[in-house]
Amino acid sequence: MDDVKVRLLQALEQNHRITTKALATMLNLPEKEVKGMIKELEDVKVILGYITLIDWEKTGNNDNVTAIIDVKVTPQRDVGFDIIAERICRFPEVKSVYLMSGGYDLSVMIEGTSMKQVAFFVAEKLATLENVQSTATHFVLKKYKQDGIIFDEDQKDRRLVISP
Amino acid sequence: MKKSMEELPYSGIRKFFDLASGMRGVISLGVGEPDFVTPWHIREASVYSLEKGYTNYTSNCGLEELRREICRYLFRKFQLEYDYSREIIVTVGASEAIDIALRCVLEPGDEVIIPEPCFVSYKPCTVMAGGVPKSIFTREADHFKLRPEDLEKAITPRSKVLLMCYPNNPTGAVMIGKELQAIAQVVERYDLLVISDEIYSELTYEGEHVSFASLPGMKERTVLVNGFSKSFAMTGWRIGYTAAPEDITAAMLKIHQYTIMCAPIMGQMAAIEALKNGEGEIKRMAGQYDQRRNLIVNGLNQIGLPCFEPRGAFYAFPSIKLTGMSSQEFCEKLLKEEKVAVVPGDAFGESGEGYVRCSYAASVEQITEALNRMEKFVERHVKKRKTVYAVR
Ligand SMILES: Cc1ncc(COP(=O)(O)O)c(C=O)c1O
Repeated sequence: MDDVKVRLLQALEQNHRITTKALATMLNLPEKEVKGMIKELEDVKVILGYITLIDWEKTGNNDNVTAIIDVKVTPQRDVGFDIIAERICRFPEVKSVYLMSGGYDLSVMIEGTSMKQVAFFVAEKLATLENVQSTATHFVLKKYKQDGIIFDEDQKDRRLVISP
Repeated sequence: MKKSMEELPYSGIRKFFDLASGMRGVISLGVGEPDFVTPWHIREASVYSLEKGYTNYTSNCGLEELRREICRYLFRKFQLEYDYSREIIVTVGASEAIDIALRCVLEPGDEVIIPEPCFVSYKPCTVMAGGVPKSIFTREADHFKLRPEDLEKAITPRSKVLLMCYPNNPTGAVMIGKELQAIAQVVERYDLLVISDEIYSELTYEGEHVSFASLPGMKERTVLVNGFSKSFAMTGWRIGYTAAPEDITAAMLKIHQYTIMCAPIMGQMAAIEALKNGEGEIKRMAGQYDQRRNLIVNGLNQIGLPCFEPRGAFYAFPSIKLTGMSSQEFCEKLLKEEKVAVVPGDAFGESGEGYVRCSYAASVEQITEALNRMEKFVERHVKKRKTVYAVR
């Protein structure tokens, strides 16, 4: 992929709310071209979506719990882990699925309304899937950093207002 | 107190600083330092060194490992070969480097030729070292570059030093190899010493920075000043350095030895890490500045403050002449009416009158908002002026 596109993606990854006009100026390109590139990158699914990182804790009405489940799977002939992973992905409770190296195979992040709900989901839906050998559930107690952003980071500008 | 000190003016920025610091809700484009904090790996290296108990003095000229890294860096970047043991001094910022360089070469009455607009310390440091500053006004029409003919005109029998800075604070001007070459010829002909402040060398957006010392015959007559403040976002660490011929280095080291002893070791430790592993972070930050540069230069031109394209540092230097105001007046009014802080051009010398310095070491959001506010301001004031003309 050419350098301009990479820079465009980097800029969008940092802040997707920036206007295409500003983006175009920053990258020194015509706005039309930037719009075209974004469209193209969306079409080929290099850009998969634009999401907002929210600290739901602060809203006061979030009782959701998150858990990370280590899943051991028996890989299948020819398709390895793909079929089972895709199957797990389809559950709306599942927020992310990664194939891992090391002691287990899939790392599955689940969000539910209560610990009980998550536990039941694992016991009834996940563990019962064919080829799943075992699961280990770890509940998330507190989030400190996600997607490169530190929760509650003190980002005060400490510089003097004017300096030479 | 001695009279010369009483006569020495405060920095032109100070008055403005007092005005701006009391106000709330100000967006500042008046800051001469990066808005990034020092990259974590650099901070971490310093923390680790503290944990291990590195809290002592270092040798006067700085840690050997740091001086070796500086030499490697200068070679890697500018093909400069310096001897770490005889030609490098680690200083308390480029600020100290400029001071000791001037102090060790000037006899009372020697003239220092300074292209301006320029960094605020050059003239006072010259005066404090017993020298006489001689300004050369650079012009927007020449993209604020120093012209060899202007240099030649400024030379008198007392001329000793040319003190210059490219990429430039406050204009953002850079000088390319062949332009520097033309300067070098004059320097050679009139036997000048050059103090070349290249603190913004890493922030060069088009083409590669050329170090003045790398030109043929110039290493022997150049005190190269550089540091970590701008390129590595390390202003508070106070680490800079000089690379200079052995005899000048020895002289500078005497001043440094008796007045400073050595630069702080925690900063030196951080600087070693910066040079060893900081390349990626430098690139990342410079890439960000470059995008903001496009944003601000474009924006300023659009709102009616014509701005030549700065190719280095992180400053835009638009002309405000269309508003009919002086730089000071423009900045004060802009601050009071729209709460945007920029620095009056005349703080960087008389030739900066009619301009203001806008730093783009600020976030995209801040720059965008500042430009919106400035647009309103310009509209209001330029219109008002037009009607005044109409009435006449
Ligand atoms: C042109 C120039 N030289 C030197 C300095 C001082 O840098 P340091 O922090 O290394 O003392 C600055 C800082 O603003 C500068 O702009």
